[in-house]
Amino acid sequence: MAYFIQLAFAGLAQGCIYALVALGFTIIFKSSGVINFAQGEFLLVGAFIASVATFEWGLNFFLAVFIALLITVLIGVLFERFALRYMIGRPAFAIIMITIGLDILLRTGVVMTGKANERPPATPYGIASGVNYGGVHFGENALWTILVTLICCVALYIFFRYTRYGLAMRAAAIDQEAALAMGVNIRLVYALAWGIAAAVATIAGIFLAINVTTFDSTLGSIALFAFPAIILGGLDSIPGAVVGGVVIGLVQLLTQGYESHIANFVGIGFDTITPYLLMIIILLVRPYGLFGTRKVERV
Amino acid sequence: MSNATSKTTRSAVSGFPSTPLGLLQTARGRVLLLGGLIALCLVFLFGGDNWLLILNVVMIAAMATLSLNILSGYTGLISLGITFFMGIGAYTAAWLGGPHPFFPGDPVGLNLSIFIWLPAAGVVAALTGALVGPTALRLKGFYLAIVTLALVFIGLYLFKNARAITGGPQGRIFPTPSFGDLSFSSPTPVFGVLLTTNQWYFLLLTPLLALMALFVHNVMRSRAGRAFQAVRDNETGAAIIGVNLFQAKMSAFIFSSFLAGIAGALWASYPGGYAEPNTWNLILAIQFVAAMLVGGVASVWGSILGAAFVFGLPLALDTFSLIPQSTSNTGLTSGDLSAILYGLLIILFMLFEPTGVIGFIRRVTSLIQRFDERAKVKGGVKANASEPVELES
Repeated sequence: MAYFIQLAFAGLAQGCIYALVALGFTIIFKSSGVINFAQGEFLLVGAFIASVATFEWGLNFFLAVFIALLITVLIGVLFERFALRYMIGRPAFAIIMITIGLDILLRTGVVMTGKANERPPATPYGIASGVNYGGVHFGENALWTILVTLICCVALYIFFRYTRYGLAMRAAAIDQEAALAMGVNIRLVYALAWGIAAAVATIAGIFLAINVTTFDSTLGSIALFAFPAIILGGLDSIPGAVVGGVVIGLVQLLTQGYESHIANFVGIGFDTITPYLLMIIILLVRPYGLFGTRKVERV
Repeated sequence: MSNATSKTTRSAVSGFPSTPLGLLQTARGRVLLLGGLIALCLVFLFGGDNWLLILNVVMIAAMATLSLNILSGYTGLISLGITFFMGIGAYTAAWLGGPHPFFPGDPVGLNLSIFIWLPAAGVVAALTGALVGPTALRLKGFYLAIVTLALVFIGLYLFKNARAITGGPQGRIFPTPSFGDLSFSSPTPVFGVLLTTNQWYFLLLTPLLALMALFVHNVMRSRAGRAFQAVRDNETGAAIIGVNLFQAKMSAFIFSSFLAGIAGALWASYPGGYAEPNTWNLILAIQFVAAMLVGGVASVWGSILGAAFVFGLPLALDTFSLIPQSTSNTGLTSGDLSAILYGLLIILFMLFEPTGVIGFIRRVTSLIQRFDERAKVKGGVKANASEPVELES
């Protein structure tokens, strides 16, 4: 039982990282209909800048995180302003591809600094510290990941529910033209969406980097597991993204923990495909996901 | 030219001739073809192993890019999963053409001829495509991209676990082409002439790529090809004019998988004839997407140009050490340099020239043609009245 709780706890923490990435996807998709394939590289760039700021420039952790947030948000907003804005009305294919271009650019940019190998993560606490309770190890990083994800969710909820700009974003998501006619500044909405997405991705990246103890330029590939998460939750549902992320994290870590017991049957690395198998099943039975609206583009 | 102009809706003017062997029809085409053939012969004879290696890799990459272009460029079905089908083709080739197991536990190999394993690689990949298609093609746009992406990871998992065929994570030997006594890996003199491994591959790949390119070019101007492009441009419209959507999508998927399988078998076989399951990863798939986008969406020549850019450039930079030594200390590799370049180019092309280099070339040639025609008019009887500049002078 302790083993199960241990796995479930790790899965929950991992799922929170997926949830943060998925939140970014969903917010951008809701506001502008764009699927951002470069989301994973915001994790990498964020974690990388935080690490460089801490270890090379000798900055305080929180200052380093602030700089990382600033830069990724800037990249996101500038990319939206100077590339995506001109892609409005173009086929989905072209829009997906341009974000793949950004993905390649960001990842290679990090590689080209020559500092991306065996990178130590920026962290305010010990990488391995934590508490033991009832035979289960609760890592400090995992606890913080879960807590900060919760805080992010609450903050976003308040933002969307009670602020002027949140209202503008919700209005734009429901009907862009009507929102425009009512005086909503759509450009600001796009910029906000990209800014928020980049910020949550950076937070996820910093926790993920601590979780894997040392990271390199492939850190962002973890964001690929956020795709099953958003499809499970429903592409246009923000609560769906969080639930989807947590479910995918749990499923993945539980498979990882138990697959050695049935190794003859499933072989090695089964946990790398369970999220995708789950996603394909969901796509076949319920293409709009658990919480999505039915009108989302599908055949 | 009239039916060539309807070839793509994105570029109104097409420089492509309209008959099957259309390259021979115009004077410019004849010169281009002759020049190209002479250049190929020169490279073959005097190019040396370095150039031949680059060219061969580019040609195999061009086949894969061509295959992707059928699906994504012509039919508009976004696929990030081409390496899955390449892997299927490669392992089919390895199973049929690979060497007999030497030790117990070696991956299987039936040591058959290239005339069996190369087509079989395509056929099995196409069958896999037919199997996966009905599920994948229920989805479109972003969903299809994600499902094909999932396919890459499912492929990696299968390839790592099917040890009997793939050799497990350590990889396995892939067959090198051999014709009778002649084996490409250790060439023997034929009619008294001794060619190197790279030269032999060159002799195999050039006609093969030319054949594929011509075939794709012609299919795209046939009834089936037009159906593909109609599906891409407007699915509802295509259905209304009588295109069977499912059939068109499935044929594109199967056709594309077939070529991907052949490209995969060659990709694993050259150079070195050894590959790990990790060869067929997502990064490689995205490189093919990049090649297609940079070269030209829905264009045969574009696929070849794009492959040359994405796969040839880093190889050329490495082979001829064109990157200054001082900067290479900071970790700048040819792969990174070209990745930055094509990352940037994808964004720029998507913004300004969605049809890639080939679209750019077409636009330039059509501009030149227009200037030519205008010059003729100017030199003719009277100036065009609609241009006030002419009246002034």
